[in-house]
Amino acid sequence: MKRKSTLGVTALSAVLALGLSACGGGGTPAASQSGSAAPEGGGAKAEFNAALTQVFNPSDKKGGILKFANSGDWDSLDPADTYYGYSWDFIRLYGRSLVMFKPAPGKESSELVPDLAESLGTPSDDAKTWTYKLREGVKFEDGTPITSKDVKYGVLRSLDKEVFPDGYTYFNDTLDLPKDYKGPYKSKGVNTDSAIETPDDRTIVFHLKQPYSGFDYFAQLPATIPVPEAKDTGAKYQEHIISSGPYKFDKNEIGKGFNLVRNESWDPATDPNRKALPDGYEVTVNVNADDIDNRLLSGDLHVDIAGTGAQPATLGRVLTDPALKAGTDNPTITRLWYTSVNGNVAPLDNLDCRKAVQYAADKVAYQTAYGGEFSGGQIATSLLPPGIPGHKDINPYPSGADGHGDVAKAKEHLTACGQPNGFETNIAYRAERPKEKAAAEALQQSLGKVGIKLTLKPFPQADYFALYAGKPGYAKDNKLGLVVNGWGADWPDGYGFLQQIVDSRVIRETGGSSNISVRIPEVDKLLDQASLETDTAKREAIWGQIDQMVMDNAFVLPGLWAKSLLIRGKGVTNVYYSDAFGMYDYLNMGLQ
Amino acid sequence: MVTYIIRRLIWAVAMLAIVSMITFGIFFLVPRLAGATSESLAARYVGRTAGAEQIKVAAERLGFNDPLIVQYGRFAKGIVAGAEYDYGPASEHCPAPCLGYSFITQLPVWPDLIGRLPVTFSLALGAAVIWLITGVATGVLSALRRGSVFDRAAMTVALAGVSLPIFFTGIVSLVVFSYGRPLAITAPGGTYTPFFANPALWAYGMILPWITLAFLYAAGYARLTRSGMLETMNEDYIRTARAKGLPERVVVTKHGLRGALTPIVTIFGLDVGLLMGGAVLTESTFSLPGIGKYAIDAITNQDLPKVIGVTLLTAFFVVLANLVVDLLYAVVDPRVRLA
Amino acid sequence: MSFLELKDLRIHFPTDDGLVKSVDGLSFQLERGRTLGIVGESGSGKSVTSLGILGLHKGGRARISGEIWLDDEELVSASADHVRTLRGKKMAMIFQDPLSAMHPYYTVGAQIIEAYRIHNKVSKAVARKHAIDMLGRVGIPQPERRVDSYPHEFSGGMRQRAMIAMALSCDPELLIADEPTTALDVTVQAQILDLMRDLQQEFNSALIIITHDLGVVAELADDILVMYGGKCIEYGTATDIFERPEHPYTWGLLGSMPRLDRDRGDRLIPIKGTPPSLINVPPGCAFHPRCVYEDRTGGAARTDVPELLETEGGHLVRCHLSPEERRVIWENEIKPNLESV
Repeated sequence: MKRKSTLGVTALSAVLALGLSACGGGGTPAASQSGSAAPEGGGAKAEFNAALTQVFNPSDKKGGILKFANSGDWDSLDPADTYYGYSWDFIRLYGRSLVMFKPAPGKESSELVPDLAESLGTPSDDAKTWTYKLREGVKFEDGTPITSKDVKYGVLRSLDKEVFPDGYTYFNDTLDLPKDYKGPYKSKGVNTDSAIETPDDRTIVFHLKQPYSGFDYFAQLPATIPVPEAKDTGAKYQEHIISSGPYKFDKNEIGKGFNLVRNESWDPATDPNRKALPDGYEVTVNVNADDIDNRLLSGDLHVDIAGTGAQPATLGRVLTDPALKAGTDNPTITRLWYTSVNGNVAPLDNLDCRKAVQYAADKVAYQTAYGGEFSGGQIATSLLPPGIPGHKDINPYPSGADGHGDVAKAKEHLTACGQPNGFETNIAYRAERPKEKAAAEALQQSLGKVGIKLTLKPFPQADYFALYAGKPGYAKDNKLGLVVNGWGADWPDGYGFLQQIVDSRVIRETGGSSNISVRIPEVDKLLDQASLETDTAKREAIWGQIDQMVMDNAFVLPGLWAKSLLIRGKGVTNVYYSDAFGMYDYLNMGLQ
Repeated sequence: MVTYIIRRLIWAVAMLAIVSMITFGIFFLVPRLAGATSESLAARYVGRTAGAEQIKVAAERLGFNDPLIVQYGRFAKGIVAGAEYDYGPASEHCPAPCLGYSFITQLPVWPDLIGRLPVTFSLALGAAVIWLITGVATGVLSALRRGSVFDRAAMTVALAGVSLPIFFTGIVSLVVFSYGRPLAITAPGGTYTPFFANPALWAYGMILPWITLAFLYAAGYARLTRSGMLETMNEDYIRTARAKGLPERVVVTKHGLRGALTPIVTIFGLDVGLLMGGAVLTESTFSLPGIGKYAIDAITNQDLPKVIGVTLLTAFFVVLANLVVDLLYAVVDPRVRLA
Repeated sequence: MSFLELKDLRIHFPTDDGLVKSVDGLSFQLERGRTLGIVGESGSGKSVTSLGILGLHKGGRARISGEIWLDDEELVSASADHVRTLRGKKMAMIFQDPLSAMHPYYTVGAQIIEAYRIHNKVSKAVARKHAIDMLGRVGIPQPERRVDSYPHEFSGGMRQRAMIAMALSCDPELLIADEPTTALDVTVQAQILDLMRDLQQEFNSALIIITHDLGVVAELADDILVMYGGKCIEYGTATDIFERPEHPYTWGLLGSMPRLDRDRGDRLIPIKGTPPSLINVPPGCAFHPRCVYEDRTGGAARTDVPELLETEGGHLVRCHLSPEERRVIWENEIKPNLESV
């Protein structure tokens, strides 16, 4: 039922994400090449994957109401308290952060462009101080001019994690804040100039504890959307947000939905990025997911905002009907479905035993478990998805000629590890996820062919990482040798993708980490090295190196790189897939 | 009579207290017994990559570090006396009955529930009217034409009605009657218009949920009415009514149906009471923002204050319905005396 | 033609087990102001007869033949709707158990008012006044208060009075009382019977009393019809039946009759055997399996159905025994026995 984009941006993902725009090493998803180049200004034809790399149905026609629906609900509409990818995509309609991802199709979307600021940030020589200058003439919805103090206040309030528990801690971790500063509510009147200065109404200066050359990625976070202190109501601000973007809230019923109408105080002259085509937006939340798909197909609805793609029931129908299929896009997203191979559980402490698992695994069955090629994804041969810079096509453990596993090789490695007849271990999965159950069963079957006997161990999803599979002591005591897992990042960045799942230092004895099996000191070192590397090409090479190293140690059995099937709403203009958000870009859509 | 009602109300309060304790226990005690810590519980209510510090802050904010009895006491006190809530720049008083604040949206639960009642009321009452009329009418006709083609057909449909789940009939009806099909007679799911905003649009959006929900219940009522009518039509007083020279129509409605109505009134009261607590499946299928949908969303998100709130509300309506049915019983059947 | 006349009335019910001949060739006549008692055990067809006269079998499964003439109108062939308009107005019925025969959810007054207003276009207020009058006339104290009571708030006797009030509310010319006193205790029985006699005289209606109890008809009836197995087996004036009964079954009934003048604790003499099945009626005389004198008929009772024959002055008997034999048995064997106890 719940279909939130849980692809949270990982804590430090942005820290080193420099120069995402470079077309480094990433293999283009095969599907995107099928979108035929359309004539100048004509956009793409209505065909499968037409909106992957170019603008589908381009137009500057204004008017109409765009209807969005969400099968779940926002974590919060408050810029200080939201951490969902779709929310960051959508929030730009009612809020302007200092900089933003470029509203453009495909890889171009990973570029940063100035939004509220006149230009990208100006760093000091040591990259510890970043200065932004606000555009002239920007106003809140009530007509008050937006000043640098409003931006500062927006950032400061987001630091209060008691009031805004859903957000990120980038600013808490990097700004040079006074000791024990707890945000403007609890630390009233404390001078925060050591962290953020506002020498005049248009200038804002950030002071960091450490040098950081990728601060512009912070400046695109919703926390830099200005909030007028006089109108701030803390946890209740989500009900009455003061817009700085082209649309403002009209009716807002948390848990049901809201309407956006034109913000007359927004001046297009101050905003080169937004077209602001429709007259308004109508957003309904907590809508039945199958209902959303059907309404998208019938034209009652324009956008499924969660952006995670069609439901299984819809997939079959859409993919078998050429007319319907032509109205969809099938991007490979930056998500890996995989199985952790836990070296803490004997005999998987032996590299050859782990390799035997790699060879024996039936990758086609794994893919089928997740719904096949279009709805599941493409078979993964390493960790890094093709869309992430640094990805290299490697395949250290070819899964036989047909992808159903290489029994001979597997047996060879079993013998090498001293278990010629196989061994017994457990495989954990999330009980509420039928696809993970199917994957576990597929592995149980294919590994069984070489004598590796798996026992299925379902666990409740809510405590999967906190209490069971993600708690090293529990996993070891209960012999969870294999753990069905998955990971994704919100935008294509090697650090953000890899760090949380390969850095051994994120593993906590108390549980809760997504990294269950990768404990390689060299990998930790490479991660640190990459974080100091300012050269884009060199840094991306390190991602590839890490990928290779984890694969060589066989701690991760990659399953597939996920794809989603996005349905283009009927009559919607300017539809295109944004790599940055992993879904359609919601900024400049309009109606025919 | 008054003492009877007072005694029942006291019992109802005790009942609600027990319900709240059980719900509280399920969501707080059971995970703890399974080894959950304050932090692992709090980890559900923070952003995905929250660090240990952030989780600790959340655990503190949600009061998970206090003993369970203190947590429950705080909750109970909120209902009786209201509570203070710090929302950042200032704190506010949440007047009794304060069902607490959502762990996720941090907004008070009580106004949410009240705000959703009209949807659930609309759904439940509209459907109730439909199923009562169609179910009882079908049952009466079936009983009077026992063994006829109509009777057999009606009872077959009724069997289907009680057997088919809402999410099946609901989706089928949506596919047939919505989504821009030629037979589209209704708005797509999720379009609820308040009655006072526009009665026509209200009915337009509700018609399909009404029919779908009513179908399920009408089936049961048809069967119940039919058997009740078959029984009463054999009563001596029906013969008397005929002997008086009453037209058959009057005999059936005024005398027969009146006699068969008592069990129907009972079931009807309880059904409607239960539905006031949310028609979970119907509201989910048609994306109606009512109490039932609220309950489902709350459970999915493990938003405990919402779950307890909705449980208490449902329990309240069931208890109330029981009371109303008992009182109604005395009205319907003059032989019943409340004691 | 008499006010009420039945000619060869047959009411048969087809069932899965066969044809139930509840009433099989019944004829009698009744004048205004006269009272006929129909006597028989349960299943003898007496209640089916009364419902048949009211036309309550119409539209059901019953197969009805013969003729029912009421005030020169034939009812068997009349439309159901027409008979309905007569019901309650021209002919009315008092049922056996007033607790179950009155609707438990309506007040007594409402039920009388309803009956009255079907046949009389009057306002509710007028009908209510009439109901109160009627309740008063049947001897219910404080009728203006009791009119709003529910049946369960009445005692058994009061309930039966209310039932009578309801039946009489439209001045029926034919009143049928089906076991009117069975559910009542003895002293109340007598009161109700007195009431009925008074009312009948007052209204000058024709009255049929249906009972299994000869004691009841002894109080009221001018004529008595004894039914057995759906047929009339003896018919005569009350004097005929009580002084000169000729059918062995009637003798049996008299022997089993509880009488107010007898001492309590006297043994009643039950008729041996059980009433006949109406599906497989015994061949010959339906009563022969239970008849003590069956062997005196030379076997005729087992094979031939006896005719209903007149012995003297309108006294009809259906029996193979000769009138002389019957007289001898009555005088020598039955009568002394009845009187000795």
